[in-house]
Amino acid sequence: MEAICPVCGSPIRLPEDVIPGELLDCSSCNAVLEVFEEGGSYALREAQGILEDWGE
Amino acid sequence: MRVSLVYERIREEEAQLMRAVERLGHELSLVHLNSDKYFTLDRGAMRSDVALIRAISQTNALLSSEMIEHMGVRCVNPSTVLRVCNNKLTTSMRLSEVGIPTPRTAVAFSPEGALRAARSIGFPVVLKPINGSWGRLVSLARDEEELRAIVEHREAIGSPYYRVHYIQEYVRKPGRDIRAYGTEEKFITAIYRISDHWITNTARGGKAEPVKPSSELEELVVRTCEALGGGFLGVDVAEDEGRGLLVMEANATTEFKNAARVTGVDIAGEIVRYALGS
Repeated sequence: MEAICPVCGSPIRLPEDVIPGELLDCSSCNAVLEVFEEGGSYALREAQGILEDWGE
Repeated sequence: MRVSLVYERIREEEAQLMRAVERLGHELSLVHLNSDKYFTLDRGAMRSDVALIRAISQTNALLSSEMIEHMGVRCVNPSTVLRVCNNKLTTSMRLSEVGIPTPRTAVAFSPEGALRAARSIGFPVVLKPINGSWGRLVSLARDEEELRAIVEHREAIGSPYYRVHYIQEYVRKPGRDIRAYGTEEKFITAIYRISDHWITNTARGGKAEPVKPSSELEELVVRTCEALGGGFLGVDVAEDEGRGLLVMEANATTEFKNAARVTGVDIAGEIVRYALGS
């Protein structure tokens, strides 16, 4: 499985057991990316930093 | 049994919960809130026996639990418990109702009221956002000048939540506090969070060490979980030099990786067993 880094456009090979919500690093631009499902396949978006209501 | 994991990020806790569900012989269903899913509000729209609510956004945790309960699926923790634990003021009121010891607390809805509240408690005081977590924007005011500056900044942030001034006595704790885990039925385990800084959250660099719990701590944790509506909670407890154990707050989507690591307790398994009533 492959997806495209939304920051630098490089192709990224996804691990076989990848699941939505995992974070991956782009080896080309070092962006931290979040895996999500879209239209039945996996895509990547730039991971958000800590938001105001995040916590436990 | 079919267990849904409702989440946003796969942190170590969510990975441990996934493994625990499968290890205990149950079927796992992943509900990633940040994918292209949407939810209709029909009863029966979600096929699951229980949903583990693990969203990292407290807003999304609460709303998703309310929605999933509306669809007829039981949530752990329940929305009623998430609503209480997401708000420090509501938590304080629930604890006060049943006489659980907490730091002296006052609330004001104006800068002038905040100053009077702090004077009545006595400096130093701690100001906390009522809906914050991870020690974020928790501030120490050692005197009136510092309090005025903190309140002025809070008022300027714009959110109405920061104009609610939740003020507590500064608890003189021995360089550590306690994070305990339990339910309304039983105490599970506890760690010390050790730090030179007065904010001891492990999210802020506090070091974790196992606690040999006293019966007083065990009983306090169970009573706290019961008072807050019943659930699997991470309860923060301070050891005050004069007053003994004080409950600071409780966390309804609790993190536990450091506690599981240093105590060896399978907290993820305990959560799954609690959720399934086994």
